[in-house]
Amino acid sequence: MWVYEKKLLYPVEVTTCNPMLAKYLMEQYGGADGELAAALRYMNQRYTVPDKVIGVLTDISTEEFSHLEMLATMIYKLTKDATPEQLEKAGLGAHFVNHGHSLFYENAGGVPFTATYIQSKGDPIADLYEDIAAEEKARATYQWLIDISDDPGVSDALRFLRERENIHSLRFRESVEILKEERDRKKIF
Amino acid sequence: MNQSQFRGTFRPYVSPRDPCPPILEKTFVLPPQLFTNFQKPGLPQNSPEEALKQGSLWPQFVDGFYREEGIS
Repeated sequence: MWVYEKKLLYPVEVTTCNPMLAKYLMEQYGGADGELAAALRYMNQRYTVPDKVIGVLTDISTEEFSHLEMLATMIYKLTKDATPEQLEKAGLGAHFVNHGHSLFYENAGGVPFTATYIQSKGDPIADLYEDIAAEEKARATYQWLIDISDDPGVSDALRFLRERENIHSLRFRESVEILKEERDRKKIF
Repeated sequence: MNQSQFRGTFRPYVSPRDPCPPILEKTFVLPPQLFTNFQKPGLPQNSPEEALKQGSLWPQFVDGFYREEGIS
């Protein structure tokens, strides 16, 4: 069960009408290493990982949804009043024809989200290493978004999100360490 | 925030025929979590305001990232 708080995890300030930046941000919205993929991956893997690390997956998955909400807010604000001409100029002409001004789970190239972006192998180490890799890839994506963003408000929010990926990666690394400790414990008995 | 401890560098091969002006030294990120497999208890903490701003309660895990670094 979840409790929804009607506010963003981190304040999102957008100062420009910039559909081009919105298009780039969609990589983290509906892309392979984006927040939706992360949230769905952890939310599903959590059923079959050892009890001690279920909570890590639940907590991080939940937080990823709050990141998804931040990205949705940024993309919405950057495009909501853009004309069809402006959207077309930003490379969002096809998006506009299909979705109007609404958002959709697509990557920056317009490829729709697919479950093949994520995996659940049922092997705790295989799954946790995928999760660590996913966090590092998301961190790198945020770096390139920061490098291409010319909106200071968006860049500030992206820096926050990037740092969260660092912490998530650390938590998954700790989860691996917790599972490794199980072996040492057996030796005592 | 000392970023330099969380960055690595390498010198790629440079050809006399490179079409773009070559970058002699490339920088890449070595994020803080690489150096900590398990967080120790009792680490120094940010104030709540600073924690929100930086995205972490513990300054030790913050490396920041700025366009001005010129990594890409």
